[in-house]
Amino acid sequence: MMHVAKLIDTTLCIGCKACEVACQQWNDQEYTLGTFDGSYQTMPDLAPNFWNLIKFNEYERDGKLSWLMAKYQCMHCVAPGCLKACPAPGAIVTLANGTVDFAQENCIGCGYCITGCPFDVPRLSNTTKKVYKCSLCSDRTAVGLEPACIKTCPTNCLTFGERDALLHGAEARAQELRADGHAEAGVYNPAGVGGTHVFYVLANAARPEDYGLPKDPSVPWTVRLWKGPVKWLGTMVLVGGILGTFFHYVRYGPKEAHDVEGD
Amino acid sequence: MWNEIHLTNMDSEISRRSFIGSSAALITSFGFDLRPAAAASRELKISRTTQTQSVCPYCAVGCSVIIHTLGDKAKNVKPAVVYIEGDTASPINRGTLCPKGASLKEFVACDRRLTQPLYRAPGATEWKPMKWEEALTRMARLIKDSRDRGFQAKDEQGRTVNRLTNVGMIGGCTDTNEVNYLLGKFRFGLGIVPYENQARL
Amino acid sequence: MASLAATFGRGAMTNGWTDVANADVVLIMGGNPAENHPVGFRFVLEARRKRKAKVVVVDPRFNRTAAVADVYVPIRAGTDIAFLGGLIHYALSTGKYQAEYVRQHTTAPFLVKEGFGFADGHFSGWDEATKKYDKSSWEYELDAQGFAKVDPTLEHPRSVFQWMKRHYARYTAEQVSSICGCSKEDFLKAAELITVAAAKDKSGTVLYALGWTQHSHSVQLIHTAAMVQLLMGNIGMPGGGVNAQRGHANIQGSTDMGAWNMLPGYLKLPRANWSSLDEYLKANTPKPLRPDSLNYWSNTNKFMVSLLKAYYGDKATKENGFGYDWLPKAGETDNYGWGYLFDNMYAGKMEGLISFGMNPVANGPNTSKMLGGLGKLKWMIVAENFETETAAFWKAKELAQQYYANSPDAARIQTEVFLLPAACFAEKDGAFVNSSRWLQWKDAALDPPGDALRDQEIIGRLFAKVRELYAKEGGAAPEPLQSMSWSYATPSAPSLVEVAREVNGREAASGKQLSGFGELKDDGSTACGNWLYSGSFTEAGNMMARRGQEDPTALGLYPNYSWSWPANRRILYNRAAADAGGQPWDATRASLRWTGTRWTGDTPDYKADAAPDANGSFIMLPEGVAKLFTPDFAEGPFPEHYEPAESPVENALHPQVSFNPSAKVFHSDLDKIGSVKDYPYVAITYRLTEHFHYWTKHIASSSQLQTHFFVELPDELARQKDIKSGDRVRVSSARGKVEGQALVTKRMRGMDVNGKRIYHVGLPIHWGFLGKVSGPLINNLTASVFDPNSGTPEYKGFLVNLEKL
Repeated sequence: MMHVAKLIDTTLCIGCKACEVACQQWNDQEYTLGTFDGSYQTMPDLAPNFWNLIKFNEYERDGKLSWLMAKYQCMHCVAPGCLKACPAPGAIVTLANGTVDFAQENCIGCGYCITGCPFDVPRLSNTTKKVYKCSLCSDRTAVGLEPACIKTCPTNCLTFGERDALLHGAEARAQELRADGHAEAGVYNPAGVGGTHVFYVLANAARPEDYGLPKDPSVPWTVRLWKGPVKWLGTMVLVGGILGTFFHYVRYGPKEAHDVEGD
Repeated sequence: MWNEIHLTNMDSEISRRSFIGSSAALITSFGFDLRPAAAASRELKISRTTQTQSVCPYCAVGCSVIIHTLGDKAKNVKPAVVYIEGDTASPINRGTLCPKGASLKEFVACDRRLTQPLYRAPGATEWKPMKWEEALTRMARLIKDSRDRGFQAKDEQGRTVNRLTNVGMIGGCTDTNEVNYLLGKFRFGLGIVPYENQARL
Repeated sequence: MASLAATFGRGAMTNGWTDVANADVVLIMGGNPAENHPVGFRFVLEARRKRKAKVVVVDPRFNRTAAVADVYVPIRAGTDIAFLGGLIHYALSTGKYQAEYVRQHTTAPFLVKEGFGFADGHFSGWDEATKKYDKSSWEYELDAQGFAKVDPTLEHPRSVFQWMKRHYARYTAEQVSSICGCSKEDFLKAAELITVAAAKDKSGTVLYALGWTQHSHSVQLIHTAAMVQLLMGNIGMPGGGVNAQRGHANIQGSTDMGAWNMLPGYLKLPRANWSSLDEYLKANTPKPLRPDSLNYWSNTNKFMVSLLKAYYGDKATKENGFGYDWLPKAGETDNYGWGYLFDNMYAGKMEGLISFGMNPVANGPNTSKMLGGLGKLKWMIVAENFETETAAFWKAKELAQQYYANSPDAARIQTEVFLLPAACFAEKDGAFVNSSRWLQWKDAALDPPGDALRDQEIIGRLFAKVRELYAKEGGAAPEPLQSMSWSYATPSAPSLVEVAREVNGREAASGKQLSGFGELKDDGSTACGNWLYSGSFTEAGNMMARRGQEDPTALGLYPNYSWSWPANRRILYNRAAADAGGQPWDATRASLRWTGTRWTGDTPDYKADAAPDANGSFIMLPEGVAKLFTPDFAEGPFPEHYEPAESPVENALHPQVSFNPSAKVFHSDLDKIGSVKDYPYVAITYRLTEHFHYWTKHIASSSQLQTHFFVELPDELARQKDIKSGDRVRVSSARGKVEGQALVTKRMRGMDVNGKRIYHVGLPIHWGFLGKVSGPLINNLTASVFDPNSGTPEYKGFLVNLEKL
């Protein structure tokens, strides 16, 4: 089956947040009131009811002011760390079209997937004790529709299509930008997670952190270990939970400081 | 639809539906039974709704939208908004919408919508509900009394002016041409001169 | 809109959203489309991608549009005329203008009468005693037949062209920099990009919105932009024009249907001195100023008589002047524009107010005065979707400390208020007119909630009740009231299809729908509710509901999608997109072409079979060409830079006439003007993408996206005041104060204006005391200062103080 993907061309993002709302509308999420953090950003971070955040980053470099806006959501990795970390059978699945989907009915709320995600995307709900994130609107894509955010984006910043074709288009766009004077323009499709089904065109691909993206994301070694040579340990989770402390360490200990705060 | 899904989290690929069946027992043993939740999820919610073409009421870009309402136009269904999305047939928005347009459903179905006439008596500190008939009767009386007091058939120089300036009208920019035209007939019928819309603000 | 009507002939966006994609350069100034018209903005980005168009943003604030622009130039609020005047000077002094277009399609060759002049801030004719202009010197020199004299060489010293050159010679790049607070280099960089459009085969568009209209000199400001665009040969061109991005779904339509001084179709409201239909027509039918002027308003008689037939039906006869007497007549010099209306109300001269979908307590200037005015009414009727601050103005008392300086006391307020639940857009059919002048029909998807009614039913039932009372009791002048036709199948709830058919017009005898305004007659045989919309609902059906996808010119005109006024024309003044021989200036963007016998392409804004040299290209104007010299306006025929009513500096061009001498300032006890001594900072108000006006604070989604009111501050100023993002601050003006959290940003900068460091304070508008979220009503701060021509208040560029709390 063909793999689908989303392309986020950050040079066309105007921070209108239509994608944020379209996501919540389609997925019937509750709206909550925001906190003021001195920014135009809706929330400081993703939330169980908010899977799609436009990060606003304002900075000055070489006397030139930039106000960067970029969509932040699940990357639908080719080799998803969340899936590697998940101990609950069937809670995280990779669909035939490449979508990494969470099946909340199978989620046990352990939060290990959060640890496994190098992009810090999944969010645990305090009320349902389940973890949530972008599903790539799997109910829409299943019937041949584009995800809700893609449909609404007014500026063509977001596009959806067959993964290879889209990746090709992204490279072409980056080349166009380089020709237009953005020497560092490039595609963000990190190899550390085997590539993704959500990729970006960045005007400055050398500094993804300017957009709130981790520079060289990879699945934490602890998670790789857990589903690799020490896979047998998995059964112990189900019987004892002796790994609780281990995972607490995994989650809060070695995590790389990759979540650059928007302002 | 789930039959096509491949589960790479399992050692062998099985269909999700059969997986839910077999895993349910396992999960139930932890004290959760999630079968009803699973059954309720992930059907395309607009597959059999009634679609109506409309235009966004906010700014003047004029994006076309499709309003999905409950039911298939069956006589016994009372329509309610299920979803509102951009209309791809519009050369203006081609299906896209801004954050206000993308959440128009929240406007139509907003819990703050007014659903009955409210009346505030002189000096009152609260609204009180009022029936339409009573409100219309009272409003017509007030309009007539003000008009009778303020209407000028002739000006100081004896010229026919047929005007009313002690009653004003404002609005219209959020409503259709046709309602604006009717407001105009209402206005000129009464002879009202002060009449303003949002264009000046 | 007053500006564009006087300059080009019609008060509307000249081109349209889809056409913006045809531009080579986009000047965005006085508007912020990425935030306020995000979907419209997609055509800007398309122009950049398809045509490598350059995007220039000029704004006091680095906003979300500036974030994706090629060039951003910060300027001080209220100095746009200086910037644009600088562009005129730059174009004329460097020769970067389209000379052939200017000669052919504008009044540049027209000669101005002797005696016209400008000195020390005033044009000729200023009377210091009455503070008014005698405009008799602002006229063309006429020949014996009454036509304007012209000099096609443009060299006559009294030609409009030479006058313009002299007038703007003062607007040098240095002067622009010193008035606007931008660097000379930034100005020149912008000027160079914008004047690329002077080439015959290039076009540039100007996108603006309330950042231009909300000044005490807004009409002149927009005229300056129109002049720039005429010099560039950009009017009528695909990808050109002066494009007003209007802020409400049907503000264009409601204006087309008439404001206080207009009947539908921009026919003037009768005045007392036009006491008969003949006198009205005589006064309002212009004479051509050039032999080749088509002067389309010479058809005023047909438009007016057909409107009267629509209004009064069979009761309108030739003998009774088609019922002209029944229409109200304003006094000769009366003004009932927004500022006057509320000034009268505050002075206790009004008894009642009927508001359909408008919230003056939130959106009118000087909230205290709005509240004070409403408190003096006997009654008020408000039809709304939500409880608004206007309907609930009497509740302001309990919130006085939080929001108002001068709140009335609820128990003392005797105003009787009706708040009527109205249907929302989804529950009604009918047409909205977008900024592109497209009339787009929509259908009703469901019924209004609870006991809410559709507006047509509220109006229908109320009108019937009032008429019943008059029928029963008699009263003042029942005849005009009872003569108004209301012959709908269900008078208490007219069908909007029926109304749309009436608006389009029909033959009075047969009832046959007209196919366009060309069929209108002045003998009473046709009835038409708005001549501009004639053609929108013909015998072929509802043209507004069309969904055709064809685009034969490949310019995004979509002639079969919805219906565009007038006559389904998509680009206004499109005759000017072709040269003297009728061939397009740019063959790759051929919106209109003369074949030798007829025009092809867009619906021509010209006679369909008239040769290219038969008529002038601006058919609505007596001049027949677009006006660079505009005597219509109160403060002079050429735009001049005047400072806002409250300014941190004196006018560098003429300090003795710093402020627009013709602007309207009110003088009630609540109308205070502050000085820079007490209020040192320049405030601007604006919308955010996330909200719509004062409406979406009731709605969950927008309330989430921007929950809190904030005060946007330059970090340089914030450092001086030791303010950090999140700190609470108070912003006060001579009228009132608001409080909120600071948002400190590098996107706003201090500016050097004539040697003085000036800071802006940014104030988003969307909050109030009712909604899912609440916050201050920003118009607590603004002043009742208005443009003299359009009556818009000065919301951009007033003075405030800033304190950390």
